[in-house]
Amino acid sequence: MNVTNFVKFEFQSLPENVAFARACVGAFASQIECTLDDIEEIRLVVSEAVSNSIIHGYNNRRGEKVEIMVTIIDHDTLEIIVKDYGKGISNLEQALEPAYSSEPGRMGMGFTFMRSFMDEMEVISQPGEGTSVRLKRNFRVRDESVLA
Amino acid sequence: MRQVGNTLVVRMGGELDMLLSDYLREEIDTRLEQSGVRNLILNLEKVSFIDSSGLGLIIGRYKKLKALGGKIFIVGAHPPVDKILHFSGVNKLVPMYNSEQDIINI
Repeated sequence: MNVTNFVKFEFQSLPENVAFARACVGAFASQIECTLDDIEEIRLVVSEAVSNSIIHGYNNRRGEKVEIMVTIIDHDTLEIIVKDYGKGISNLEQALEPAYSSEPGRMGMGFTFMRSFMDEMEVISQPGEGTSVRLKRNFRVRDESVLA
Repeated sequence: MRQVGNTLVVRMGGELDMLLSDYLREEIDTRLEQSGVRNLILNLEKVSFIDSSGLGLIIGRYKKLKALGGKIFIVGAHPPVDKILHFSGVNKLVPMYNSEQDIINI
């Protein structure tokens, strides 16, 4: 496993920064050979993870810190880690259920999107300490001659 | 945002994430309450992105209007947005049309 490229950034827990975060990660991910649809899916999962940090991790409290680390591995695999230092998730099993949301105005699709559009999703959360979501996806183009 | 008879037409633009959804939720709900209008058309022609906050905005208005005997429609969703509306199943609850004219014609 070789790291092709890596970027790390942090920002305040402001709704305005959700668009900034997905734009940054989308631009970085475009270094991998992939389609515009793939980039849209990456932008979506970043939007979901960062929104979760702001809304659930920090209860919409402004001025807290969200960190993002993005790694391109072996030119074709993207790993994204979104981390907050908020209240954490007390019942992780329940939070990962499709359509579950602790907020009435939300749809509870965040983790479903992350799981559906990425190959791997790992959520590590400690009540009172925060949550880290690790997402990974491989974009290797299949060699049609091998499949034939 | 404009009112046509008993219908409120909301033409949205940009990226429908938590920032825009929170703003629109307040604007739409205030307008619905003040006007007494019971039908809502959400025109997504100029929306280039939607996440679960945007879906929550649509489903929240759907539930609210359904309880009041009203209806809600989505118009003009482009492929990236249309894909998420179908993936999430929102299209099964909220009828989707190509244009505002299509709804007037039904």
